[in-house]
Amino acid sequence: MLELQHIGFKTEEGKDILKDISLKISDRFVAVTGPNGGGKSTLAKVIAGIYRPTSGRIIFDGQDITDMSITDRAKLGVSYAFQQPVRFKGLRVGDLLKLSMGKSMKMRDACDYLSEVGLCARDYIDRELNDSLSGGELKRIEIATILARGTKLSIFDEPEAGIDLWSFQNLIRVFQKMYEHTKGSILIISHQERILNIADTIIVIKDGRVERCDSRSAVLPELLGSADGNTEFCSTLLDKNQEVTRSE
Amino acid sequence: MNEIEKNLLKEVAELDSIPVGAYNIRSNGAPLMRNSTENIDIVPKTDKPGIDIFIKAGTKGESVHIPVIISQSGLKDLVYNDFHIGEDCDITIIAGCGIHSCGDQETAHDGIHTFYLGKRAKLRYVEKHYAEGEGRGKRVMNPTTVVHLEEGAHMEMETTQIAGIDDTIRKTEGTLNENATLIVKEKIMTTGNQFASTDFDVDLNGEGSSTDVVSRSVARDSSRQEFTSRINGNAPCAGHSECDAIIMDDACVLASPQLTANDVDAALIHEAAIGKIAGDQLIKLMTLGLTEEQAEQQIVSGFLR
Ligand SMILES: Nc1ncnc2c1ncn2[C@@H]1O[C@H](COP(=O)(O)OP(=O)(O)OP(=O)(O)O)[C@@H](O)[C@H]1O
Ligand SMILES: [Mg+2]
Repeated sequence: MLELQHIGFKTEEGKDILKDISLKISDRFVAVTGPNGGGKSTLAKVIAGIYRPTSGRIIFDGQDITDMSITDRAKLGVSYAFQQPVRFKGLRVGDLLKLSMGKSMKMRDACDYLSEVGLCARDYIDRELNDSLSGGELKRIEIATILARGTKLSIFDEPEAGIDLWSFQNLIRVFQKMYEHTKGSILIISHQERILNIADTIIVIKDGRVERCDSRSAVLPELLGSADGNTEFCSTLLDKNQEVTRSE
Repeated sequence: MNEIEKNLLKEVAELDSIPVGAYNIRSNGAPLMRNSTENIDIVPKTDKPGIDIFIKAGTKGESVHIPVIISQSGLKDLVYNDFHIGEDCDITIIAGCGIHSCGDQETAHDGIHTFYLGKRAKLRYVEKHYAEGEGRGKRVMNPTTVVHLEEGAHMEMETTQIAGIDDTIRKTEGTLNENATLIVKEKIMTTGNQFASTDFDVDLNGEGSSTDVVSRSVARDSSRQEFTSRINGNAPCAGHSECDAIIMDDACVLASPQLTANDVDAALIHEAAIGKIAGDQLIKLMTLGLTEEQAEQQIVSGFLR
């Protein structure tokens, strides 16, 4: 479905952010994880067309999309939920949902997508997407826009960030439902074991390279097991893991 | 009324037909239709062009429409409208001016509106300026709004200039007594070689008085805009002004805010932000499938809503 061939990305200052990334993603539910600054968001932006790779090719459904604009990729079926959603002065939640659906929106549709992410349409549809929305609210709206698009590939960049604990379980359900009820593929960038836990494939990106790419059953135990080892990332993950087990 | 005039009326006053309640429609420099009601009396001035509008104390939930339309190119219209709003009123006034000019001569409307709000009176004042037509003659509008607010009076002014006006100098002045409030929301868009200047002067004279002046604007092409505000805090009061502009192409925006505090308890704030459309806003909308132009369009129209 998505194939990355030797993707490299250098900043204008010449810093290598992504180094020779090759991946073939055919599973419908893929999680990408790895330490902060490893290059996960950069990779997502390269897939969405926000960054042009400095080397390599991107193949989407058999088509080379490397030179395609953001707009054309979006039309082809790539969606990207930002790690830090954008705020707009004046544009409203309803406007963004309408644009996401790409057709005239009925109140009921908006209600469906917003309630999926735990927001009541009546309270939110006319809210401006400005500083008055909380971080968590904005993050949920961002997820709702991707649900509303319902494209072939949906990329979520740390969707759990800023989402409170109670909603976390619902968020997992959103992805499971998306997996069961749509034909699209889901790529989630996450640091949360509970999200990694529902993926078919787990990819670990570190220092701009693919460190691991395998089935969940192969990768997850390694990630959790290496906690007493060296990487900071893994110990954090284990702490989280223990916290969760304790609280359950 | 012909089609052009009907369309202008719709643009500036959202009127499809004769409004209900009190109204005064001015067309091509002369009164066209007028209606007074039991509580609202509209009287033509005798010494100069314009009207006096008297609203009885305690009038609530009523509205006054006073649109001006000009379809005769080359006309220069000057009008003085005075609004005398009694104590404890709660009303809406909808003004607006539309010009349709096909000729090569300059067509202009200067409207000088003075408001006297009695104690505790509440007013929502909506004003829309619009021009159209293919003629080479400039379409000019210079609205002046002078506001006197008695103790506890509250006025909200929504003023919009979205299209077609080549040259405008807008002046708004306010004098506020104890606990009076003046809220202004202005929206301006200029394109081509248009020029717009907007100038606010608010004197917060009474204890507990407050004002919030917010101007949002978009300057495109080679248009120019100037924003000036002077808020004078002469008593314990609160004043806030904001100039928020999006600049595109080769446009130019100048903001000169001025705050004067003559009282230690005058709390005055100004915010000004001028900049192009944020890149991440464009990108976000493009990831939803919009082209860059469509994204720009959405951001601008949302900003000016
Ligand atoms: N435009 C840029 N210019 C310079 N450096 C950049 C740029 N974009 C990203 N980087 C750097 O590239 C590296 C990878 O960033 P990226 O945002 O992809 O990491 P990430 O894996 O998503 O991290 P996190 O888990 O914190 O979200 C970081 O060191 C970051 O500082
Ligand atoms: Mg990231």
